[in-house]
Amino acid sequence: MHSSNSPAIEVDDLVKTYGEVEAVRGVSFSVARGEVFGFLGPNGAGKSTTINMLCTLARPTSGSARVSGFDVAAERDDVRRHIGLVFQDQTLDLYLTAAQNLRMHAELYGIDPGVIPARMRQMLEMVDLWERRDQPVLTFSGGMRRRLEIARGLLHSPRVLFLDEPTVGLDPQTRSSIWDYIRALQQTEGTTIFMTTHYMDEAEQCDRIAIMDRGELVVLDTPAALKASVGADRLDDVFMHYTGSAIRDAESSSATDLNRVLTRALRGSGR
Amino acid sequence: MSAVAVEVVPVRVPERSWRSEARAVRIVWRRDLLRFATDRTRVVTLLIQPLLFLFVLGSGLQALAAASTEGVDLKTVIFPGVLCMALVFSAMFSAATLVMDREFGFLREMMVAPVRRSSIVVGKCLGGATVAALQGAIMLALAGLVHVPYDPLLLLGLFGLLLLLAFTVTAFGLLVAVRIRQLQSFTSVMQMLVMPMFFLSGALYPVSGLPTWLELLNRLNPLTYAVDPMRRLVFDHLAISDAARRTLDAGVTWFGWRVPALVEMAIVLALGLALLALAIVQFARTE
Repeated sequence: MHSSNSPAIEVDDLVKTYGEVEAVRGVSFSVARGEVFGFLGPNGAGKSTTINMLCTLARPTSGSARVSGFDVAAERDDVRRHIGLVFQDQTLDLYLTAAQNLRMHAELYGIDPGVIPARMRQMLEMVDLWERRDQPVLTFSGGMRRRLEIARGLLHSPRVLFLDEPTVGLDPQTRSSIWDYIRALQQTEGTTIFMTTHYMDEAEQCDRIAIMDRGELVVLDTPAALKASVGADRLDDVFMHYTGSAIRDAESSSATDLNRVLTRALRGSGR
Repeated sequence: MSAVAVEVVPVRVPERSWRSEARAVRIVWRRDLLRFATDRTRVVTLLIQPLLFLFVLGSGLQALAAASTEGVDLKTVIFPGVLCMALVFSAMFSAATLVMDREFGFLREMMVAPVRRSSIVVGKCLGGATVAALQGAIMLALAGLVHVPYDPLLLLGLFGLLLLLAFTVTAFGLLVAVRIRQLQSFTSVMQMLVMPMFFLSGALYPVSGLPTWLELLNRLNPLTYAVDPMRRLVFDHLAISDAARRTLDAGVTWFGWRVPALVEMAIVLALGLALLALAIVQFARTE
């Protein structure tokens, strides 16, 4: 059994390789309970692969990780019972209504039928979709769908909520309201939030930030400490400082390799 | 918002048990029924082809067939086969929803839930089978139009056989579906498999006195063993001459031995269970 004061997430020398490609090369970090943890990095840095391992969708090649005190490889079901997920790509059933989508989730997670209606109502009210509960998701806008996914991810009261770019493609109003939910949750249920984002103003709101690049963890600290460490006012500059300015292309590894060589050469000559 | 301290409704996710798996199977099954109930286009479009076969082909060929059907309407003869056809199309469509779920993301929601992969496949199979049997039942309601009596025992028996076949065909569809990632490829693969299966099954003709090559293919075709008991059951309830019965319902034989209906049903069931088991193994391996 896990003890109640173990960290929400504990990652130790985690590695994932696909054939010859090393997507994640020995990453270690830990996230405290109730923390809002930002996980940043350029495209193809290995963020999604890491998240997939943490939420048991991919098996680590080596190393270990514990989420809410459970091992992601050996105790997959226990991990799944304690996490919530909101993916980058939508995973709703568009032909069902908002309420039917939540009901389906509650049944899959084995939630006590007696509390389902009240909990569903609470979640739907939180994301302002209670009035629209009986309409098919197909009729919802992008922002409404994302809010519904967040409500669903929280329905079973997860200890850790993974948000993979939860606000991408949303208008500023929706983005800001999503941040309100995140903060409210953290306060009322003590949920740990593990999120990826490309928006630096959002990263700024995290308690701590980890920056990943080329499968490795580059740096991990509070936003303020990170800015101080490179003498920058903006997090964008911190990000560029640690990951370089070359544009990444996750698909063409040869181009990335070339960029890496060039960047290293330029950095070396500058020193 | 957010500043208001809301009273939290506490929930807990229990440890996995046979009960939680049963709930997962049930909700996956229910989802298929819900979607069937709301998707009228699907109900109608999947009926068009069987209706064409039954009423257009059946009426059109009646003049040619009259000489050899001993006075029995051709539509009556092919009715059991057309029932199977309606069901096969619907079962394939249900299997296709697995490919759609993968393509449009919903599968991920089920994959990360704390339930066994096998529960998802079993729920899908039962859901698809129920929907396909219901689709078959809609055709069954037309029995009177083709001189098949509305005898409660006959209808009940036919519905039971429809459920059995629906289960096996859906399991077959799912086995194909777990390997395929794009809906387009699934549709064409299915087209390639379903039409030959249907034509070889004897759904549209009696299966005695066929050329050897066709007889061989017919006996190897699993669908044959689903159509035959249905035809037997229908002919049991028709008031026709013995000569007509002998010609039109000669039945499936292995080296001259008439295969009993129970054996045929056991073949269909065993095949269904084997296909489902294979689909589960394949599905558990993905991702």
